[in-house]
Amino acid sequence: MSELLQFLFSGVTVGAVYALVALGFTIIYNASDVVNFAQGEFVMLGGMITWFAHAAGLPLPLAALSAIVVTAALGVAMNKLMIEPARGAPVVSLIIITIGASIFIQGGTQLIFDKQIHSFPAFSGDAPIRVGGATILPQSLWVIGGALVVFLGLWVFFTRTLLGRAVLATSNNRLAAQLVGINTNFVMTLSFALSAGIGALAGVLATPITLVAYNVGIGFALKGFAGAMLGGMGNPKGALVGGFAIGLIEAMTAGYLSSQYKDAAAFIVILAVLFFLPHGLFGRKSTDRV
Amino acid sequence: MKKTLTTTALGLLAALGATAAMADIKIGASVSATGPAAFLGDPEAKTLEMLVEETNAAGGINGEKVVLVLYDDGGDPNKARTFATRLVEDDEVVAIVGGTTTGTSMSILSVTEDAEVPFVSLAGAIDIIQPVKPFTFKTPHTDRMACQKIFEDMQKRGFTKVGLISGTDGFGASMQAQCKDVVSDYGIEIVADETYDPKDSDMTAQLTKIRNAEGIQAVLNPGFGQGPSIVTRNYKQLGIELPFYQSHGVASAGFIELAGVEAAEGVRLPGNALLIPELLADGDVQKPIVTAYKAAYEAKTGQPVGTFGGYAHDGWHLVTDAIKRAGSAEPQAIRDALEATSGLAGTTGIYSMSAEDHLGLDLSAFRMLEIRDGKWALVE
Repeated sequence: MSELLQFLFSGVTVGAVYALVALGFTIIYNASDVVNFAQGEFVMLGGMITWFAHAAGLPLPLAALSAIVVTAALGVAMNKLMIEPARGAPVVSLIIITIGASIFIQGGTQLIFDKQIHSFPAFSGDAPIRVGGATILPQSLWVIGGALVVFLGLWVFFTRTLLGRAVLATSNNRLAAQLVGINTNFVMTLSFALSAGIGALAGVLATPITLVAYNVGIGFALKGFAGAMLGGMGNPKGALVGGFAIGLIEAMTAGYLSSQYKDAAAFIVILAVLFFLPHGLFGRKSTDRV
Repeated sequence: MKKTLTTTALGLLAALGATAAMADIKIGASVSATGPAAFLGDPEAKTLEMLVEETNAAGGINGEKVVLVLYDDGGDPNKARTFATRLVEDDEVVAIVGGTTTGTSMSILSVTEDAEVPFVSLAGAIDIIQPVKPFTFKTPHTDRMACQKIFEDMQKRGFTKVGLISGTDGFGASMQAQCKDVVSDYGIEIVADETYDPKDSDMTAQLTKIRNAEGIQAVLNPGFGQGPSIVTRNYKQLGIELPFYQSHGVASAGFIELAGVEAAEGVRLPGNALLIPELLADGDVQKPIVTAYKAAYEAKTGQPVGTFGGYAHDGWHLVTDAIKRAGSAEPQAIRDALEATSGLAGTTGIYSMSAEDHLGLDLSAFRMLEIRDGKWALVE
């Protein structure tokens, strides 16, 4: 019993990280249909900048805040300098641009900071919390809480606010959105700022558990992307469920089967789900009119 | 008239300068200062740059100036092969030090063996020097030796049933295989064998499984990078009381910092003299060498020394020592002198090469260390 609980905790900890990364994908995707492969780099930057600012003497909350702000600004810069000039290019080209941005950010990070692995103290100490014979770190609760808060925020944003609907409208039909008075350039800038900020927040929350180095971004992006695909790209609920599902599948496979098959099991489930539900668990059906 | 004289003199000087430059001893290097192995290659590149200055400041080798031709292969074996070819054909170096990873080393050695230029590799795998290739040498001890050292210690403590949790990266997988290969020599049985991906962020599931293995007495974690730090934290989180061993892959102060002083308490691992200069006995021949390297490197770069920079240090000294003894900078003569290296103390151990052994280290190069209160302590 305590064994199952421990696997559950392990899965939820990892899943929360995946879910946070997956949530970051949804905004840019909703605004432009672009899967932003630099999302993982935003996560990495969140961790690296916080570490750097903290090591330079800033208190942790301030360091974390500055990391989120700086990363959001970088997201805006990425939109202005890379995505906007290529406006009108097909979505595939834009996705390739984000891959380029990802490589660029990685290169820049290893030059500006360094190539070592870093961490900073957990927010509420390292003493594990014991529940029924299993243990979980307080930091895991922070990550899980962070994922839930971001999910709620996004859900309210997309369904209850005018701005959120404007984002959805922009993705649906940019020209029509412009015609009804939506400033689509602003929507794009905003979505990059938000995505980058959420990515950085994920990095800030996860780093005390996962550690950070200039090259961890790709790993985050891949698992987060898998989570978002499983749940349904663009849907915050899907990102949350997808991320946690992958984490849990991995932990259960590692615990009950063998850790050798852990990644394979997760990907088999993803393939199976996408085979029967091509838009993921909660994906919207595409309604292209000809 | 006077003017022509000056011009002639200048021309003569230039010509002299050119010949002097031609006579310099050129040593080549290709390391992975960027890319996925950057945290190994970066200190190696910095060490080599520092050492060439040091050697020249001390008057060069046999009175001749040394020039280092350094390339960054970014961890890419194809680039390493290109750079090795360039080093041999265009730069005409007399020896090559480098090959941060096993992959890049294998590329470089295929070029240097053909060109008959001696190559000292800085990578771990035993395949680099086994079977022995005439022009290939290496400085780091092999993962097989690390396994043997660890099992030796376990045997001394009377453990017969142990668990393995290994990374699936090259280092972890190779060491896992080597450990399983030698474990029976020590009367030890592996009762749990789990793995994790180097990018994983939680290994409590695997550790819970290992903890529940019947009769288990100790756990070993062959791994590299951030994985072992996370495993160590999870080990502490689960409150597992079994003795815990890490590999030489994480033998650095950074590991203690990342895993946390509390979680790292009591962890044992095979490390080398460079980690513990102040703990070495006064008569230890490695003591002055590691002390000097540590002081010089830390003063120059402002970063703590690590095992990997130490490999480059040893590679450089093996080559320069060989040139000195050979009294010639001909590749063939350097090769012969390298093979005759005897009792050369480096940071990793004391090298004594032979025609059958192009590594020249034995188990004594490793020292079993234990982490106590966030500091290294020697286990004797």
